[in-house]
Amino acid sequence: MSSAARYTPYHPRWHRRRVSVWWWLEKGSYTVFVLRELTSVAVAFFAVVTLGLVRAVAAGPEAYQRFLARLGTPLFLSLHVVAFLFVLFHAITWFNLAPKAMVVRIKGKRVPDAIVAGLNYGAWLVLSGAVAFFLLRG
Amino acid sequence: MLERLTPFLWLLFSAGGTVAALLFPAHLLLTGLAFPLGWLEPPSHEVLLTLLRHPLTRLYVLALISLPLFHGAHRFRYTLYDGLQLKHLTALIAALCYGAALAGTALAAQALWSIPG
Amino acid sequence: MPETVTLSVTRYRPEQEGEPVFQEYEVPFRKDWVVLDALNHIKDRLDGSLSFRWSCRMGVCGSCGMKVNGEPKLTCAAFLSSHLPGPIRVEPLDYFAVVRDLVVDLTDFLHKLKKVKPWLVRRHEKEVAEGEYRQTPDELDAYKPWSMCINCMLCYSACPIYGLEPGFIGPAAIALAQRYNHDSRDQGAAERLEILSGHDGLWQCTFVGECSKVCPKNVDPAGAIQQYKLAAAAHWFKTLLPWSAK
Repeated sequence: MSSAARYTPYHPRWHRRRVSVWWWLEKGSYTVFVLRELTSVAVAFFAVVTLGLVRAVAAGPEAYQRFLARLGTPLFLSLHVVAFLFVLFHAITWFNLAPKAMVVRIKGKRVPDAIVAGLNYGAWLVLSGAVAFFLLRG
Repeated sequence: MLERLTPFLWLLFSAGGTVAALLFPAHLLLTGLAFPLGWLEPPSHEVLLTLLRHPLTRLYVLALISLPLFHGAHRFRYTLYDGLQLKHLTALIAALCYGAALAGTALAAQALWSIPG
Repeated sequence: MPETVTLSVTRYRPEQEGEPVFQEYEVPFRKDWVVLDALNHIKDRLDGSLSFRWSCRMGVCGSCGMKVNGEPKLTCAAFLSSHLPGPIRVEPLDYFAVVRDLVVDLTDFLHKLKKVKPWLVRRHEKEVAEGEYRQTPDELDAYKPWSMCINCMLCYSACPIYGLEPGFIGPAAIALAQRYNHDSRDQGAAERLEILSGHDGLWQCTFVGECSKVCPKNVDPAGAIQQYKLAAAAHWFKTLLPWSAK
């Protein structure tokens, strides 16, 4: 807009502040936002680990055992601790924000956000239980 | 062209985010921590093969890997774009992010359907 | 309670300086004063050259938006007592060009607002004899929060995406588009879809959520945007179906 303007005494120069590349450090809520976005790295990381696990299972029992051993190394354990924290942060922010995007209306009345979020948390519990059941029953 | 796909990419991002939110904490806690640390007994190779022989399980695992990969790709792409202001590299970043997600999906599908039964 | 409080106010006088500077003023501290009262005191008694916008002084006109201690606020609603101890920093809204002192140029927003057609669009107008357009309380509830927008621009100032992508259509414009999309009397959703879902539309939004946090009227533009993303994506999906009319 102002780049094409010719500045005269009757139209003096407007000031535009350049947005710093460190804009996300200038406010606490921006930093939390960027951390939330960086959970994508942890999510992608664990998706790749799961991919590796599946390929190891498909390759045979020795490959599977080697993969399990790899997961037990200090490097992978520490990566997984960090990834777990980020994945939790992703899940919590996701469930808390879900009611904003998915408005449920029953008979014309909007279902309160807390209930929609609560249902998400409930589904989380149930599904986590199901995952544990299938992987632990042996 | 990428712009016309934006609603679709957002749908993939949402689906992937939901899968990751609902299922990753449990899977990660078990596979990444509980099993390797010996808190719980990991499933044997036979058990996993039996589970994976089911077509439904294969679809579940494919979704478990592919959708979060697209979620991560989409979000990371926007983070690079906004966070580091890499506007001039936008096409390259998009190609790398979604390309990686596609590659992961293909590798997962190949492994899952190579299991006999 | 102190007798006076210091305000540190941005001055930008292009005929004098190339960059904005801060100027400090000591104003009386009164329990019931807001930042706008302090600014008016400065202009009336201390420095008549200070420029700023204001009007209703009661939070309905949207004119007095500025940054107070770094947060976008309506200065008529920002109590001095909430911002102690001084100095209280008063700056123009972010991401808009500063014309002078605390006055910013809003042309970009006005242009974007017009693009979303913030009026009832009808394919077919009812004859007067057919009667009024009637609306149930539930139908009103469907869009009422979004109709509360006073165009104060605090949301644009809080949105980092607007700062990084000047083409982004922005929270208030999208909330107002939704206000009409969800009005049972409106028939213009398809027209607005092209603007909102296209280039320089809403897809640059990454749900930072700051816009809804700073909104003084609880419009929840962030919610409006996310709901629209879902609706636009569902619409996109439908256009894939072979039997759909594109």
